[in-house]
Amino acid sequence: MSFINYATKEINFKIVYYGPGLCGKTTNLQYIYDQTDPTQKGKMISLSTETERTLFFDFMPLKLGEIKGFKVRLHLYTVPGQIFYDASRKLILKGADGVVFVADSQKDRMDANLDSLENLIDNLRENGFDYNTIPLVMQWNKRDLPDIESVEVMEEMLNKRKVESFEAVAIKGIGVFETLKSISKAVMMKMK
Amino acid sequence: MQDFLWSNDGEIIKRLQNKIEQLKLEANSKATFLIDKSGQMVASSGDSNEFDATSLAALVAGNVAATDGIAKLLGEKEFSVLFHEGENEHLNITLVDGKLILVVLFDDSTSLGLVRLKMKKYVKIIADILNESSPNNSIHQDIFSDITDEDIEKMFRKGS
Ligand SMILES: Nc1nc2c(ncn2[C@@H]2O[C@H](COP(=O)(O)OP(=O)(O)OP(=O)(O)O)[C@@H](O)[C@H]2O)c(=O)[nH]1
Ligand SMILES: [Mg+2]
Repeated sequence: MSFINYATKEINFKIVYYGPGLCGKTTNLQYIYDQTDPTQKGKMISLSTETERTLFFDFMPLKLGEIKGFKVRLHLYTVPGQIFYDASRKLILKGADGVVFVADSQKDRMDANLDSLENLIDNLRENGFDYNTIPLVMQWNKRDLPDIESVEVMEEMLNKRKVESFEAVAIKGIGVFETLKSISKAVMMKMK
Repeated sequence: MQDFLWSNDGEIIKRLQNKIEQLKLEANSKATFLIDKSGQMVASSGDSNEFDATSLAALVAGNVAATDGIAKLLGEKEFSVLFHEGENEHLNITLVDGKLILVVLFDDSTSLGLVRLKMKKYVKIIADILNESSPNNSIHQDIFSDITDEDIEKMFRKGS
């Protein structure tokens, strides 16, 4: 639910990074945080376990420029990817304007990607969204590792909707801002 | 996807702002906040510089969502009030009409009893304001009607 405050002239969009455990969702946010000028960002909040796995969510607000006198802000969230945190994932999707699905390109993570995508579809439905229409961008992460699926296979298995997709190496920042820009465009174009 | 914008009217926000400032005074509290369930700050009293309002809103909404989840698991409709007791400062959190979250931050210069009493009063006042206002989606179309890829690119050049 995009949130327009006409009193303060602010527009906030909520973007949720989704995907299986350890696929690199938190790493995406961390890179965005590290690369952003301090005046353009708020605190990054990570509710995580002692081993740095996301427990509830990561959150960071990002200020973009203005449009027609309205300040545009993004509220970026990640969900916990581990299977047993499903109740939390459902909660975080509430009010989302757009979703980035981060997939782990390693061959032995394909099943986890498929499960997570199916879980996203279910949880969107439970939140009153339609997977086929919500602004969505795919990211094929960990392209630096050996034993990864080809992009063609990733597309075929995970991108039936044929939305925009990006290859990424999130730990090095490759593809991270491209992904963020693309989902931002998708959510704003949806407001037309 | 529902493009439901209940707050598309600056007048409503100003009225809500006004009410939560009154609540802060009447409860003799340190600060009051009104937060949307998805984690957006709707209105906050006074010195917002003193608090990281954006983070606060995200965390309170997460807290309420988790508590809601617990209630459902236990077969309760909702836990309508949350109280967090600190050494010096305390938080009392309550839902307004199931839509918004009202938060009061207070210390020992007031009492939980007074805070609760005043919150009850203002929950009703805020709910009435919300019910009077019907959402209208026509305005936001104006802001984005002729947005281009280039406009969005520009926002990022400034932003990073
Ligand atoms: N080689 C490589 N490692 C990566 C890449 N992106 C992330 N990682 C590593 O993968 C591990 C998990 O990354 P996180 O970002 O914590 O994963 P997550 O998706 O947030 O995981 P959950 O919080 O459990 O859902 C970390 O050790 C990262 O450094 C990448 O592009 N390449
Ligand atoms: Mg994580």
